[in-house]
Amino acid sequence: MRVNFTVNGRPQQADDVWEGESLLYVLRERLGLPGSKNACEQGECGSCTVRLDGVPVCSCLVAAGQAEGREIVTVEGLAEHARQRAGGEDACGTSLDEARRWSPRGPGSQSDEGSTSPRATLAPLQQAFIDAGAVQCGFCTPGLLVAADEMLERNPNPTDADIREALSGNLCRCTGYEKIMDAVRLAAARQGEEA
Amino acid sequence: MDFLRPASWEEALAAKAEHPTAVPIAGGTDVMVEINFDHRRPEYLLDLTRIGDLYEWEAGEHSVRLGASVPYTRIMENLRTELPGLALASHTVASPQIRNRGGVGGNLGTASPAGDAHPALLAAGAEVEAESVRGTRRIPIDAFYTGVKRNALAADELIRAVHINKADGPQQFSKVGTRNAMVIAVCAFGLALHPETRTVRTGIGSAAPTPIRATAAEEFLNAALDEDGLWDSGRIITPSVAKQFAELCAAACNPIDDVRGTARYRRHAVGVMARRTLMWTWESYRGNARTMEGAA
Ligand SMILES: Cc1cc2nc3c(=O)[nH]c(=O)nc-3n(C[C@H](O)[C@H](O)[C@H](O)COP(=O)(O)OP(=O)(O)OC[C@H]3O[C@@H](n4cnc5c(N)ncnc54)[C@H](O)[C@@H]3O)c2cc1C
Ligand code: FES
Ligand code: FES
Repeated sequence: MRVNFTVNGRPQQADDVWEGESLLYVLRERLGLPGSKNACEQGECGSCTVRLDGVPVCSCLVAAGQAEGREIVTVEGLAEHARQRAGGEDACGTSLDEARRWSPRGPGSQSDEGSTSPRATLAPLQQAFIDAGAVQCGFCTPGLLVAADEMLERNPNPTDADIREALSGNLCRCTGYEKIMDAVRLAAARQGEEA
Repeated sequence: MDFLRPASWEEALAAKAEHPTAVPIAGGTDVMVEINFDHRRPEYLLDLTRIGDLYEWEAGEHSVRLGASVPYTRIMENLRTELPGLALASHTVASPQIRNRGGVGGNLGTASPAGDAHPALLAAGAEVEAESVRGTRRIPIDAFYTGVKRNALAADELIRAVHINKADGPQQFSKVGTRNAMVIAVCAFGLALHPETRTVRTGIGSAAPTPIRATAAEEFLNAALDEDGLWDSGRIITPSVAKQFAELCAAACNPIDDVRGTARYRRHAVGVMARRTLMWTWESYRGNARTMEGAA
Protein backbone atom coordinates (compact mmCIF):
# COMPACT_ATOMS: atom_id res chain seq x y z
CA MET A 1 0.00 0.00 0.00
CA ARG A 2 0.96 3.63 -0.28
CA VAL A 3 1.32 5.94 2.72
CA ASN A 4 1.10 9.72 2.41
CA PHE A 5 2.20 11.73 5.38
CA THR A 6 4.22 14.71 6.47
CA VAL A 7 7.73 14.08 7.68
CA ASN A 8 9.72 16.93 9.19
CA GLY A 9 7.42 19.51 7.66
CA ARG A 10 7.44 18.15 4.11
CA PRO A 11 4.84 15.95 2.43
CA GLN A 12 6.21 12.48 1.72
CA GLN A 13 5.00 9.32 0.10
CA ALA A 14 6.09 5.76 0.74
CA ASP A 15 5.22 3.04 -1.73
CA ASP A 16 5.04 -0.74 -1.55
CA VAL A 17 4.51 -0.60 2.17
CA TRP A 18 3.54 -3.93 3.71
CA GLU A 19 0.35 -3.61 5.78
CA GLY A 20 1.96 -4.96 8.94
CA GLU A 21 5.00 -2.72 8.66
CA SER A 22 5.91 -0.25 11.39
CA LEU A 23 6.33 3.47 10.94
CA LEU A 24 9.93 2.95 12.07
CA TYR A 25 10.59 0.60 9.17
CA VAL A 26 9.03 3.02 6.71
CA LEU A 27 11.16 5.90 7.98
CA ARG A 28 14.40 3.96 7.94
CA GLU A 29 14.07 1.62 5.00
CA ARG A 30 11.66 3.35 2.63
CA LEU A 31 12.48 7.01 3.22
CA GLY A 32 16.17 6.49 4.02
CA LEU A 33 16.02 8.27 7.36
CA PRO A 34 18.05 6.09 9.74
CA GLY A 35 18.11 8.61 12.59
CA SER A 36 15.35 6.82 14.47
CA LYS A 37 16.97 3.66 15.77
CA ASN A 38 15.69 0.13 15.88
CA ALA A 39 16.78 -1.78 18.94
CA CYS A 40 13.95 -3.77 20.47
CA GLU A 41 10.88 -3.36 18.25
CA GLN A 42 8.73 -3.80 21.33
CA GLY A 43 8.41 -0.39 22.89
CA GLU A 44 10.94 -1.03 25.64
CA CYS A 45 13.90 1.12 24.67
CA GLY A 46 12.56 4.35 23.16
CA SER A 47 15.38 4.60 20.62
CA CYS A 48 12.74 4.82 17.86
CA THR A 49 10.91 7.75 19.47
CA VAL A 50 9.37 10.23 17.01
CA ARG A 51 6.59 12.77 17.30
CA LEU A 52 3.27 11.82 15.77
CA ASP A 53 1.03 14.87 15.53
CA GLY A 54 3.27 16.40 18.18
CA VAL A 55 3.10 13.48 20.61
CA PRO A 56 6.16 11.35 21.41
CA VAL A 57 5.55 7.71 20.48
CA CYS A 58 7.56 4.58 19.77
CA SER A 59 7.54 4.46 15.98
CA CYS A 60 8.16 0.70 16.13
CA LEU A 61 4.63 0.30 17.54
CA VAL A 62 2.81 2.54 15.06
CA ALA A 63 1.49 0.67 12.04
CA ALA A 64 2.57 2.40 8.86
CA GLY A 65 -1.04 2.84 7.76
CA GLN A 66 -1.82 4.63 11.01
CA ALA A 67 0.59 7.39 9.97
CA GLU A 68 -1.49 8.20 6.87
CA GLY A 69 -2.17 11.94 6.80
CA ARG A 70 -0.32 12.52 10.07
CA GLU A 71 2.66 14.72 10.89
CA ILE A 72 5.89 13.09 11.94
CA VAL A 73 8.98 14.76 13.33
CA THR A 74 12.14 12.67 13.52
CA VAL A 75 15.52 13.54 14.97
CA GLU A 76 16.60 14.61 11.49
CA GLY A 77 14.04 17.41 11.61
CA LEU A 78 14.67 18.41 15.21
CA ALA A 79 16.94 21.36 14.44
CA GLU A 80 14.41 22.84 12.04
CA HIS A 81 11.58 22.10 14.46
CA ALA A 82 13.42 23.91 17.25
CA ARG A 83 14.15 26.83 14.95
CA GLN A 84 10.50 27.18 14.05
CA ARG A 85 9.46 26.98 17.67
CA ALA A 86 11.87 29.78 18.48
CA GLY A 87 10.03 31.83 15.86
CA GLY A 88 12.93 31.65 13.43
CA GLU A 89 12.81 32.30 9.68
CA ASP A 90 10.72 30.50 7.12
CA ALA A 91 8.94 27.31 8.03
CA CYS A 92 9.81 25.08 5.14
CA GLY A 93 10.70 21.87 6.94
CA THR A 94 13.56 19.55 6.20
CA SER A 95 13.75 17.78 2.87
CA LEU A 96 14.57 14.11 2.68
CA ASP A 97 17.81 14.96 0.97
CA GLU A 98 18.87 17.35 3.69
CA ALA A 99 17.79 14.91 6.35
CA ARG A 100 19.77 12.09 4.79
CA ARG A 101 22.90 14.21 4.58
CA TRP A 102 22.49 15.60 8.05
CA SER A 103 25.70 16.01 9.96
CA PRO A 104 26.31 17.36 13.44
CA ARG A 105 28.75 19.84 11.99
CA GLY A 106 26.94 23.03 11.16
CA PRO A 107 27.30 25.09 8.02
CA GLY A 108 30.68 26.64 7.43
CA SER A 109 32.56 24.01 9.40
CA GLN A 110 35.01 21.75 7.70
CA SER A 111 33.28 18.53 7.07
CA ASP A 112 34.65 15.90 4.77
CA GLU A 113 33.88 16.97 1.23
CA GLY A 114 31.66 19.81 2.42
CA SER A 115 28.62 17.63 2.04
CA THR A 116 26.60 19.13 4.86
CA SER A 117 23.46 20.92 3.93
CA PRO A 118 23.55 24.68 4.46
CA ARG A 119 20.58 24.39 6.83
CA ALA A 120 21.90 21.56 8.93
CA THR A 121 22.59 23.01 12.33
CA LEU A 122 21.96 21.69 15.76
CA ALA A 123 18.93 22.19 17.92
CA PRO A 124 19.90 23.76 21.25
CA LEU A 125 19.24 20.43 22.94
CA GLN A 126 21.55 18.62 20.54
CA GLN A 127 24.29 21.14 21.31
CA ALA A 128 23.67 20.64 25.02
CA PHE A 129 24.07 16.87 24.63
CA ILE A 130 27.45 17.43 23.00
CA ASP A 131 28.56 20.04 25.52
CA ALA A 132 27.54 17.91 28.49
CA GLY A 133 29.17 14.77 27.12
CA ALA A 134 25.83 12.96 27.05
CA VAL A 135 26.64 10.98 23.90
CA GLN A 136 28.76 7.87 24.04
CA CYS A 137 27.90 5.26 21.42
CA GLY A 138 25.00 7.48 20.42
CA PHE A 139 22.48 4.77 19.72
CA CYS A 140 19.97 5.98 22.28
CA THR A 141 20.58 9.66 21.50
CA PRO A 142 17.98 10.29 18.77
CA GLY A 143 15.14 8.92 20.87
CA LEU A 144 16.27 10.80 23.95
CA LEU A 145 16.56 14.02 21.97
CA VAL A 146 13.04 13.75 20.58
CA ALA A 147 11.57 12.87 23.99
CA ALA A 148 13.51 15.51 25.92
CA ASP A 149 12.84 18.21 23.33
CA GLU A 150 9.11 17.60 23.60
CA MET A 151 9.29 17.84 27.38
CA LEU A 152 11.17 21.15 27.21
CA GLU A 153 8.52 22.46 24.84
CA ARG A 154 5.78 21.64 27.35
CA ASN A 155 7.72 22.31 30.49
CA PRO A 156 10.55 24.85 30.10
CA ASN A 157 11.58 24.61 33.78
CA PRO A 158 11.57 20.91 34.55
CA THR A 159 12.56 19.52 37.92
CA ASP A 160 14.88 16.53 37.99
CA ALA A 161 11.85 14.37 38.69
CA ASP A 162 10.12 15.79 35.60
CA ILE A 163 13.17 14.98 33.46
CA ARG A 164 13.43 11.44 34.82
CA GLU A 165 9.74 10.86 34.23
CA ALA A 166 9.84 12.23 30.67
CA LEU A 167 12.85 10.06 29.81
CA SER A 168 11.71 6.94 31.64
CA GLY A 169 10.85 5.28 28.33
CA ASN A 170 14.37 5.67 26.91
CA LEU A 171 17.15 3.26 27.73
CA CYS A 172 20.86 4.03 27.51
CA ARG A 173 23.43 1.30 28.01
CA CYS A 174 26.45 3.60 28.07
CA THR A 175 26.16 6.81 30.01
CA GLY A 176 24.52 5.91 33.29
CA TYR A 177 22.10 8.76 32.55
CA GLU A 178 23.80 11.41 34.69
CA LYS A 179 25.31 13.22 31.71
CA ILE A 180 21.98 13.02 29.97
CA MET A 181 20.36 14.69 32.97
CA ASP A 182 23.12 17.33 32.81
CA ALA A 183 22.44 17.93 29.14
CA VAL A 184 18.72 18.44 29.61
CA ARG A 185 19.29 20.74 32.59
CA LEU A 186 21.81 22.69 30.50
CA ALA A 187 19.37 23.04 27.61
CA ALA A 188 16.64 24.19 29.98
CA ALA A 189 18.96 26.76 31.56
CA ARG A 190 20.08 28.10 28.17
CA GLN A 191 16.49 28.23 27.01
CA GLY A 192 15.67 30.26 30.12
CA GLU A 193 18.52 32.71 29.48
CA GLU A 194 17.29 33.38 25.97
CA ALA A 195 13.68 33.92 26.97
CA MET B 1 -2.67 -8.69 4.94
CA ASP B 2 -5.24 -5.97 4.43
CA PHE B 3 -5.28 -2.69 6.28
CA LEU B 4 -8.86 -1.56 6.88
CA ARG B 5 -9.20 2.09 7.70
CA PRO B 6 -12.77 2.92 8.71
CA ALA B 7 -13.45 6.64 9.01
CA SER B 8 -16.41 6.26 11.34
CA TRP B 9 -17.67 3.97 14.07
CA GLU B 10 -20.44 2.64 11.81
CA GLU B 11 -17.90 1.75 9.15
CA ALA B 12 -15.76 0.01 11.76
CA LEU B 13 -18.71 -2.10 12.94
CA ALA B 14 -19.59 -2.98 9.36
CA ALA B 15 -15.99 -3.99 8.64
CA LYS B 16 -15.81 -6.13 11.78
CA ALA B 17 -19.11 -7.83 10.81
CA GLU B 18 -17.81 -8.54 7.34
CA HIS B 19 -14.40 -9.74 8.57
CA PRO B 20 -14.83 -11.21 12.06
CA THR B 21 -11.17 -12.31 12.10
CA ALA B 22 -9.97 -8.74 11.59
CA VAL B 23 -7.73 -7.62 14.44
CA PRO B 24 -8.59 -4.15 15.71
CA ILE B 25 -5.58 -1.92 16.26
CA ALA B 26 -5.81 1.17 18.46
CA GLY B 27 -2.58 2.31 20.14
CA GLY B 28 -0.91 -0.77 18.73
CA THR B 29 1.20 -1.25 21.85
CA ASP B 30 0.12 -4.88 22.13
CA VAL B 31 -0.75 -5.66 18.49
CA MET B 32 2.43 -4.28 16.90
CA VAL B 33 4.69 -6.17 19.29
CA GLU B 34 3.01 -9.38 18.15
CA ILE B 35 3.33 -8.46 14.48
CA ASN B 36 6.94 -7.29 14.78
CA PHE B 37 7.88 -10.61 16.35
CA ASP B 38 5.80 -12.62 13.92
CA HIS B 39 3.64 -14.04 16.70
CA ARG B 40 0.61 -12.91 14.80
CA ARG B 41 -0.08 -12.45 11.11
CA PRO B 42 -3.69 -11.34 10.91
CA GLU B 43 -5.46 -11.36 7.59
CA TYR B 44 -6.93 -7.94 8.33
CA LEU B 45 -5.84 -5.10 10.56
CA LEU B 46 -8.73 -2.83 11.50
CA ASP B 47 -7.33 0.59 12.33
CA LEU B 48 -9.43 2.42 14.92
CA THR B 49 -7.30 5.56 15.19
CA ARG B 50 -9.36 7.55 12.72
CA ILE B 51 -12.51 7.30 14.82
CA GLY B 52 -12.58 10.48 16.89
CA ASP B 53 -15.45 9.28 19.13
CA LEU B 54 -13.20 6.65 20.66
CA TYR B 55 -10.87 9.37 21.98
CA GLU B 56 -13.58 11.25 23.89
CA TRP B 57 -15.02 10.89 27.35
CA GLU B 58 -18.08 12.28 29.08
CA ALA B 59 -18.60 12.55 32.80
CA GLY B 60 -22.22 11.88 33.73
CA GLU B 61 -23.83 12.10 37.14
CA HIS B 62 -22.78 8.67 38.32
CA SER B 63 -20.28 7.39 35.80
CA VAL B 64 -17.73 8.38 33.21
CA ARG B 65 -18.17 7.05 29.69
CA LEU B 66 -14.56 6.60 28.65
CA GLY B 67 -14.00 6.16 24.92
CA ALA B 68 -12.11 2.93 24.21
CA SER B 69 -9.02 4.65 22.79
CA VAL B 70 -8.54 7.52 25.26
CA PRO B 71 -4.80 7.24 25.95
CA TYR B 72 -3.56 6.68 29.50
CA THR B 73 -1.89 10.09 29.40
CA ARG B 74 -5.28 11.79 29.03
CA ILE B 75 -6.76 9.74 31.87
CA MET B 76 -3.91 10.75 34.18
CA GLU B 77 -4.24 14.39 33.23
CA ASN B 78 -7.99 14.79 33.12
CA LEU B 79 -9.79 12.17 35.16
CA ARG B 80 -7.88 12.08 38.43
CA THR B 81 -10.88 13.34 40.40
CA GLU B 82 -13.57 11.16 38.84
CA LEU B 83 -11.47 8.02 38.39
CA PRO B 84 -8.62 8.21 40.90
CA GLY B 85 -7.90 4.47 40.91
CA LEU B 86 -7.71 4.24 37.13
CA ALA B 87 -5.61 7.43 36.95
CA LEU B 88 -3.10 5.95 39.42
CA ALA B 89 -3.03 2.66 37.54
CA SER B 90 -2.57 4.49 34.22
CA HIS B 91 0.47 6.26 35.58
CA THR B 92 2.17 2.93 36.26
CA VAL B 93 1.76 1.67 32.68
CA ALA B 94 5.04 1.41 30.79
CA SER B 95 6.46 4.80 29.75
CA PRO B 96 5.25 8.17 28.46
CA GLN B 97 5.57 7.00 24.83
CA ILE B 98 3.37 3.96 25.50
CA ARG B 99 0.88 5.91 27.63
CA ASN B 100 0.52 8.41 24.79
CA ARG B 101 -0.82 5.63 22.54
CA GLY B 102 -2.25 2.82 24.65
CA GLY B 103 -5.61 2.92 26.37
CA VAL B 104 -8.20 0.97 28.30
CA GLY B 105 -9.93 -0.45 25.21
CA GLY B 106 -6.70 -2.15 24.19
CA ASN B 107 -6.02 -3.33 27.75
CA LEU B 108 -9.50 -4.93 27.77
CA GLY B 109 -9.00 -6.34 24.28
CA THR B 110 -5.80 -8.07 25.36
CA ALA B 111 -7.35 -9.02 28.72
CA SER B 112 -3.98 -9.98 30.13
CA PRO B 113 -4.14 -10.85 33.83
CA ALA B 114 -1.28 -8.33 34.18
CA GLY B 115 -3.16 -5.44 32.56
CA ASP B 116 -3.06 -2.52 34.97
CA ALA B 117 -6.47 -1.07 34.17
CA HIS B 118 -8.28 -4.19 35.33
CA PRO B 119 -7.82 -3.98 39.12
CA ALA B 120 -8.90 -0.34 39.00
CA LEU B 121 -11.99 -1.11 36.89
CA LEU B 122 -12.98 -4.03 39.12
CA ALA B 123 -12.62 -1.93 42.28
CA ALA B 124 -14.46 1.10 40.94
CA GLY B 125 -17.23 -0.89 39.26
CA ALA B 126 -17.57 -0.65 35.49
CA GLU B 127 -19.40 -1.89 32.42
CA VAL B 128 -17.92 -2.46 29.00
CA GLU B 129 -20.03 -1.03 26.18
CA ALA B 130 -19.68 -3.54 23.37
CA GLU B 131 -21.27 -2.93 20.00
CA SER B 132 -21.78 -4.76 16.74
CA VAL B 133 -24.04 -4.30 13.75
CA ARG B 134 -26.49 -6.41 15.79
CA GLY B 135 -26.71 -3.85 18.55
CA THR B 136 -25.17 -2.60 21.77
CA ARG B 137 -24.81 -4.36 25.10
CA ARG B 138 -23.23 -3.53 28.42
CA ILE B 139 -21.00 -6.24 29.87
CA PRO B 140 -20.44 -5.95 33.64
CA ILE B 141 -16.71 -5.87 34.30
CA ASP B 142 -17.01 -8.91 36.58
CA ALA B 143 -18.24 -10.95 33.62
CA PHE B 144 -15.81 -9.56 31.07
CA TYR B 145 -12.67 -11.62 31.76
CA THR B 146 -13.38 -15.19 30.73
CA GLY B 147 -9.94 -16.82 30.75
CA VAL B 148 -6.23 -16.17 30.27
CA LYS B 149 -6.19 -13.39 27.68
CA ARG B 150 -9.80 -14.09 26.80
CA ASN B 151 -12.76 -11.80 27.10
CA ALA B 152 -16.51 -11.82 26.59
CA LEU B 153 -16.51 -10.02 23.23
CA ALA B 154 -18.17 -11.78 20.29
CA ALA B 155 -16.23 -12.01 17.03
CA ASP B 156 -18.18 -9.17 15.44
CA GLU B 157 -18.09 -6.87 18.46
CA LEU B 158 -15.92 -3.87 19.22
CA ILE B 159 -15.52 -1.96 22.46
CA ARG B 160 -17.04 1.48 22.09
CA ALA B 161 -16.46 2.72 25.62
CA VAL B 162 -16.17 1.76 29.26
CA HIS B 163 -18.65 3.13 31.77
CA ILE B 164 -16.80 3.52 35.05
CA ASN B 165 -18.52 4.53 38.27
CA LYS B 166 -17.33 7.91 39.48
CA ALA B 167 -15.46 7.70 42.75
CA ASP B 168 -17.68 8.33 45.77
CA GLY B 169 -14.76 7.79 48.14
CA PRO B 170 -11.01 7.27 48.22
CA GLN B 171 -9.38 4.79 45.81
CA GLN B 172 -5.90 3.35 45.61
CA PHE B 173 -3.82 1.29 43.23
CA SER B 174 -0.64 -0.55 44.10
CA LYS B 175 1.69 -2.53 41.89
CA VAL B 176 4.76 -4.65 42.59
CA GLY B 177 7.51 -4.60 39.99
CA THR B 178 11.26 -4.48 39.80
CA ARG B 179 11.40 -0.78 39.02
CA ASN B 180 9.14 2.21 38.56
CA ALA B 181 8.95 2.60 34.79
CA MET B 182 8.34 0.08 32.08
CA VAL B 183 7.44 -2.87 34.20
CA ILE B 184 4.82 -5.56 33.91
CA ALA B 185 3.19 -6.12 37.28
CA VAL B 186 4.44 -9.04 39.35
CA CYS B 187 1.07 -8.46 40.94
CA ALA B 188 -1.20 -5.47 41.47
CA PHE B 189 -4.04 -4.45 43.73
CA GLY B 190 -6.84 -1.90 43.43
CA LEU B 191 -9.13 -0.85 46.23
CA ALA B 192 -12.09 1.53 46.29
CA LEU B 193 -14.17 2.66 49.24
CA HIS B 194 -17.79 3.32 48.35
CA PRO B 195 -19.23 5.32 51.27
CA GLU B 196 -22.55 5.83 49.47
CA THR B 197 -23.30 2.12 49.49
CA ARG B 198 -21.04 1.46 52.48
CA THR B 199 -19.10 -1.14 50.56
CA VAL B 200 -15.50 -1.81 49.67
CA ARG B 201 -14.46 -3.27 46.32
CA THR B 202 -11.16 -4.82 45.30
CA GLY B 203 -9.35 -5.82 42.14
CA ILE B 204 -6.33 -8.10 41.87
CA GLY B 205 -3.98 -8.31 38.89
CA SER B 206 -1.40 -10.93 37.87
CA ALA B 207 -2.33 -13.35 40.64
CA ALA B 208 -4.88 -15.58 38.90
CA PRO B 209 -5.66 -16.63 35.31
CA THR B 210 -7.82 -13.51 34.99
CA PRO B 211 -8.10 -10.25 36.90
CA ILE B 212 -10.34 -10.97 39.90
CA ARG B 213 -12.07 -9.44 42.87
CA ALA B 214 -11.48 -10.77 46.37
CA THR B 215 -15.18 -11.16 47.11
CA ALA B 216 -14.84 -13.05 50.39
CA ALA B 217 -12.49 -10.36 51.65
CA GLU B 218 -14.91 -7.64 50.57
CA GLU B 219 -17.81 -9.34 52.33
CA PHE B 220 -15.81 -9.78 55.50
CA LEU B 221 -14.73 -6.13 55.54
CA ASN B 222 -18.19 -4.80 54.66
CA ALA B 223 -19.63 -6.72 57.60
CA ALA B 224 -16.84 -5.67 59.97
CA LEU B 225 -17.15 -1.98 59.08
CA ASP B 226 -20.91 -2.18 59.45
CA GLU B 227 -20.86 -4.05 62.75
CA ASP B 228 -18.53 -1.57 64.39
CA GLY B 229 -20.33 1.42 62.86
CA LEU B 230 -17.07 2.62 61.37
CA TRP B 231 -18.56 4.37 58.33
CA ASP B 232 -20.32 6.72 60.75
CA SER B 233 -17.77 6.99 63.51
CA GLY B 234 -14.76 7.29 61.20
CA ARG B 235 -12.70 5.43 63.80
CA ILE B 236 -9.64 3.48 62.81
CA ILE B 237 -9.85 -0.05 61.47
CA THR B 238 -8.33 -2.38 64.04
CA PRO B 239 -5.16 -4.22 63.04
CA SER B 240 -6.90 -7.56 63.43
CA VAL B 241 -9.62 -6.63 60.93
CA ALA B 242 -7.02 -5.29 58.50
CA LYS B 243 -5.00 -8.46 58.94
CA GLN B 244 -7.91 -10.74 58.23
CA PHE B 245 -8.89 -8.65 55.18
CA ALA B 246 -5.32 -9.00 53.89
CA GLU B 247 -5.32 -12.75 54.45
CA LEU B 248 -8.61 -13.17 52.62
CA CYS B 249 -7.29 -11.12 49.68
CA ALA B 250 -4.19 -13.33 49.53
CA ALA B 251 -6.41 -16.40 49.70
CA ALA B 252 -8.45 -15.17 46.73
CA CYS B 253 -5.38 -15.46 44.51
CA ASN B 254 -4.63 -18.42 42.33
CA PRO B 255 -1.18 -17.45 41.13
CA ILE B 256 1.55 -19.24 39.22
CA ASP B 257 5.33 -19.33 39.42
CA ASP B 258 6.89 -17.53 36.49
CA VAL B 259 9.96 -15.47 35.63
CA ARG B 260 8.53 -12.42 37.36
CA GLY B 261 7.81 -14.06 40.70
CA THR B 262 6.72 -17.17 42.55
CA ALA B 263 3.14 -17.96 43.44
CA ARG B 264 4.03 -17.74 47.12
CA TYR B 265 5.57 -14.31 46.72
CA ARG B 266 2.55 -13.08 44.80
CA ARG B 267 0.14 -14.24 47.48
CA HIS B 268 2.23 -12.58 50.14
CA ALA B 269 2.57 -9.33 48.19
CA VAL B 270 -1.17 -9.15 47.49
CA GLY B 271 -1.79 -9.41 51.24
CA VAL B 272 0.65 -6.59 51.93
CA MET B 273 -0.85 -4.38 49.23
CA ALA B 274 -4.37 -5.10 50.48
CA ARG B 275 -3.51 -4.00 53.98
CA ARG B 276 -1.63 -0.90 52.83
CA THR B 277 -4.24 0.29 50.36
CA LEU B 278 -6.94 -0.25 52.98
CA MET B 279 -4.99 1.89 55.46
CA TRP B 280 -4.31 4.62 52.91
CA THR B 281 -7.90 4.85 51.73
CA TRP B 282 -9.39 4.59 55.19
CA GLU B 283 -7.10 7.34 56.51
CA SER B 284 -8.17 9.50 53.64
CA TYR B 285 -11.87 8.70 54.30
CA ARG B 286 -11.47 9.58 57.99
CA GLY B 287 -9.61 12.76 57.04
CA ASN B 288 -12.46 13.78 54.75
CA ALA B 289 -15.01 12.94 57.42
CA ARG B 290 -13.15 15.10 59.93
CA THR B 291 -12.91 18.01 57.50
CA MET B 292 -16.63 17.77 56.82
CA GLU B 293 -17.37 17.80 60.56
CA GLY B 294 -15.11 20.79 60.96
CA ALA B 295 -16.96 22.64 58.24
CA ALA B 296 -20.40 21.84 59.62
C1 LIG C 1 6.95 -1.69 26.42
C2 LIG C 1 5.55 -1.99 26.85
C3 LIG C 1 5.23 -1.91 28.19
C4 LIG C 1 3.93 -2.19 28.61
N1 LIG C 1 3.64 -2.04 29.93
C5 LIG C 1 2.39 -2.25 30.36
C6 LIG C 1 2.05 -2.04 31.73
O1 LIG C 1 2.88 -1.65 32.54
N2 LIG C 1 0.77 -2.28 32.11
C7 LIG C 1 -0.18 -2.69 31.22
O2 LIG C 1 -1.32 -2.86 31.61
N3 LIG C 1 0.11 -2.86 29.91
C8 LIG C 1 1.36 -2.66 29.47
N4 LIG C 1 1.66 -2.85 28.14
C9 LIG C 1 0.64 -3.38 27.24
C10 LIG C 1 -0.19 -2.34 26.49
O3 LIG C 1 0.45 -1.09 26.43
C11 LIG C 1 -1.57 -2.17 27.11
O4 LIG C 1 -2.25 -3.39 27.14
C12 LIG C 1 -2.42 -1.13 26.36
O5 LIG C 1 -3.53 -0.83 27.16
C13 LIG C 1 -2.91 -1.60 25.01
O6 LIG C 1 -3.65 -0.56 24.41
P1 LIG C 1 -3.52 -0.25 22.84
O7 LIG C 1 -4.50 0.80 22.50
O8 LIG C 1 -2.12 0.02 22.47
O9 LIG C 1 -3.97 -1.67 22.26
P2 LIG C 1 -3.72 -2.38 20.85
O10 LIG C 1 -2.38 -2.99 20.80
O11 LIG C 1 -4.12 -1.50 19.75
O12 LIG C 1 -4.83 -3.54 21.01
C14 LIG C 1 -4.73 -4.50 22.05
C15 LIG C 1 -5.82 -5.55 21.87
O13 LIG C 1 -7.11 -5.00 22.05
C16 LIG C 1 -7.87 -5.11 20.87
N5 LIG C 1 -8.62 -3.86 20.77
C17 LIG C 1 -8.14 -2.59 20.80
N6 LIG C 1 -9.15 -1.69 20.76
C18 LIG C 1 -10.30 -2.41 20.70
C19 LIG C 1 -11.68 -2.06 20.64
N7 LIG C 1 -12.09 -0.77 20.64
N8 LIG C 1 -12.59 -3.06 20.59
C20 LIG C 1 -12.20 -4.36 20.61
N9 LIG C 1 -10.91 -4.75 20.67
C21 LIG C 1 -9.97 -3.78 20.71
C22 LIG C 1 -6.88 -5.38 19.76
O14 LIG C 1 -7.43 -6.11 18.70
C23 LIG C 1 -5.83 -6.19 20.49
O15 LIG C 1 -6.23 -7.51 20.61
C24 LIG C 1 2.95 -2.57 27.69
C25 LIG C 1 3.28 -2.64 26.33
C26 LIG C 1 4.56 -2.34 25.91
C27 LIG C 1 4.90 -2.40 24.46
S1 FES D 1 12.80 0.06 18.91
FE1 FES D 1 10.96 1.01 19.42
S2 FES D 1 11.06 1.11 21.55
FE2 FES D 1 12.83 -0.05 21.09
S1 FES E 1 25.09 6.42 24.51
FE1 FES E 1 25.20 4.30 24.06
S2 FES E 1 23.18 3.66 24.54
FE2 FES E 1 23.18 5.67 25.24
